[in-house]
Amino acid sequence: MNAAGIIFSNLHDNKITELTRQRTMASIPFACRYRLIDFALSNMVNAEITNINVIAHYNYHSLMDHIGTGKDWDLARRTGGIKILPPYITAYANTSNNLYNTRLEALCSVIHSIRHIKEDYVVLSDCDVICNIDVKKLLEYHVDYGADITMVVKRVMHTEVCPDTDVLIESDEDNRITDIYSSNNLPKGPLDACLHIWVIKKDVLLMAVNDALAHGYSSFNFDIIAKNLKNWNMRVYRHTGYSAKITSFTNYFATSMSLLADPEIRNGLFSIRNRPVFTKVRNSAPTKYVQGSSVSNSLIADGCIIEGTVDNSILFRGVKVGHGAVVKNSILFQDTIVSDNAFLNCVVTDKNAVIRDGRILSGHETLPFYIDKGRMI
Amino acid sequence: MFKKKECVAMLLAGGQGSRLYTLTEKTAKPAVPFGGKYRIIDFPLSNCINSGIETVGVLTQYQPLVLNEYIGNGEPWDLDRVYGGVRVLPPYQGHDGAAWYKGTANAIYQNINFISRYDPDYVLILSGDHIYKMDYNAMLQYHKEHNAACTIAVLEVPLSEASRFGIMNTNPDGSIYEFEEKPKNPKSTKASMGIYIFSKKILFDYLIADEANPESSNDFGKNIIPAMLKAGEKMFAYDFSGYWKDVGTIQSLWEANMDLLGEAPAFNLHDRDWRIFSRNNPTPPHFIEKDAIVDNSIVTEGCTINGVVKNSVLFNSVSIGKNATVTDSVIMPGVVIEDGATVEYSIIDNDTVISSGTHIGAPKDKAKAITVIGSNLIITKDDNIGVGDMVNASSLSK
Repeated sequence: MNAAGIIFSNLHDNKITELTRQRTMASIPFACRYRLIDFALSNMVNAEITNINVIAHYNYHSLMDHIGTGKDWDLARRTGGIKILPPYITAYANTSNNLYNTRLEALCSVIHSIRHIKEDYVVLSDCDVICNIDVKKLLEYHVDYGADITMVVKRVMHTEVCPDTDVLIESDEDNRITDIYSSNNLPKGPLDACLHIWVIKKDVLLMAVNDALAHGYSSFNFDIIAKNLKNWNMRVYRHTGYSAKITSFTNYFATSMSLLADPEIRNGLFSIRNRPVFTKVRNSAPTKYVQGSSVSNSLIADGCIIEGTVDNSILFRGVKVGHGAVVKNSILFQDTIVSDNAFLNCVVTDKNAVIRDGRILSGHETLPFYIDKGRMI
Repeated sequence: MFKKKECVAMLLAGGQGSRLYTLTEKTAKPAVPFGGKYRIIDFPLSNCINSGIETVGVLTQYQPLVLNEYIGNGEPWDLDRVYGGVRVLPPYQGHDGAAWYKGTANAIYQNINFISRYDPDYVLILSGDHIYKMDYNAMLQYHKEHNAACTIAVLEVPLSEASRFGIMNTNPDGSIYEFEEKPKNPKSTKASMGIYIFSKKILFDYLIADEANPESSNDFGKNIIPAMLKAGEKMFAYDFSGYWKDVGTIQSLWEANMDLLGEAPAFNLHDRDWRIFSRNNPTPPHFIEKDAIVDNSIVTEGCTINGVVKNSVLFNSVSIGKNATVTDSVIMPGVVIEDGATVEYSIIDNDTVISSGTHIGAPKDKAKAITVIGSNLIITKDDNIGVGDMVNASSLSK
């Protein structure tokens, strides 16, 4: 496919500070064995996009560790493949080293890499949206319309919109974008919310970035798209399959739990023919259930040892649940140890957390209890 | 630019494994799935990389397609190297014509050129039909300390079973004075594990001599080892203790899978100091439904369990329907057990469908043998599969 990819790994970190204290939005663990970037990467790889740049800002060690050479996504390539672009800090005196804050500033900071893109189209994607979308179809749509920019949107009711952060799009019957806005004062009824995936002609992207550099623009949506509504051919593409946008920690918890409640959601993400979700392989043994264990309505990765009771929970790789322990409505990240007779309800444990014998912890679904990385309780 | 390698491993993976019947109909024995997410060959390959042996020749002959594809460039075992790494070595056509591998020794003889490229001092000979974790480097140190021509790994077996194995009779210092293949009255209980380390030059001498002998069946156990003993070469037995299982029969393959279950399993796969590597699939985590029961079993990614699973090993992407029951069984990748079906004391090969309401096998204490269902079949009630049957496509069509 004649397209390259650019992924923004840090843009929404501040929405979910618990999980991004030591990682990027892109490397937030999700659904037992994935990181959020796996969805953006797999969407591109499944559309035969093999030249992908990942723009990083800070906290990107976990991201680099996850991506490695890119071989797990078939992106360890002689030509193209995956590249992480960390902030470029120059050592010369008297030059300012401004770290970017917005999407447009991020693009400006990697203008050299954009110039080197040989493909005619570029797919831009954030990491806060979880979906399995047919990017090949999206690109065909973009080319058929001869569009300069195509924005992926999702039709939602005004009550579902996150007023502070969601960007809303209005379009005419021919899918041409007529207005773009974010507002606390929303009109009632169905609206199109931006899903943080765009297709843009490479030349248009370069023009936009040069324009932004010249004028000091900082917002992709309001300085570039909104200002060119009349000049450019910009369209919306409605994604009708499953998608979720992570907007807060509570929302992360609810989105994870919805995987357990609804097989349609699981299938809409993981069981689409020819569009698997790729992730970094870890050589864990299969999960072992010992005599007397009891598990129901749970998603469980490889490498776990389960001796106690697990109900309505998500267990990442290498989790151990001891004898008599009860894990309910919880999300346990990689290598969490729940010792004998402990009780957890609505808890999210980060990597390598240890819950000692007999501890009783409970949050509520509206305020899940978070235990940070490596913490022993 | 070529670097010398101290030790090169040669893995004999060409055997048909005819005692695994339908499981090896389209697959070489080393590629038979094992333990939820592995294939048998993962064990010797992982042992190699964990022992620091980074050059491995895999000798293939019988049904190599799946095996070749599985090994690929060796990346899952970190054996994709600029120099060395894993190489698949099928029989080839040479200047003097083409020949199949006639025996284990002949297979190595035909690949003397491969070994010579790395100029090793030692050659490790392995086979692809055992489940075990072993540090080959410790054995190599033992071989070097004893300045041996050949070191053979041995395992203590019960005297009652010794007559099923090749038995090494040793002196107190560990040197071997006699080798008996399946002796009626065993003098020792040290059974050969089919793992040999040879000093390269001596190995080559004996391989060349053996090839020149038209009477020879070109086999390590039958020809090379006896010839070396007869000539008085320094040969030592290396004692191995730990789990080791030949999975060459349906019964032993089933037993080895069951040895993974329980709190203190006979064979522990959750050992982070000696990981077993395998080629992984991009499958989602497994899902256990509300009313499912999973007891004393191992389950792999991609499975969906709605029914009851007891004392069983489930490979990736197995689906178990509502009110279906799986007990004492090994269910290979992609198998679908439909609602209300029952599987007891059986091995079901990959991608087979057991239709709703079908009953396969019988309780373990009542069944005379393990029921084996081949791959890519659709089994219905009307097929009347008997307890202990071996079912494949051709037997099903009858």
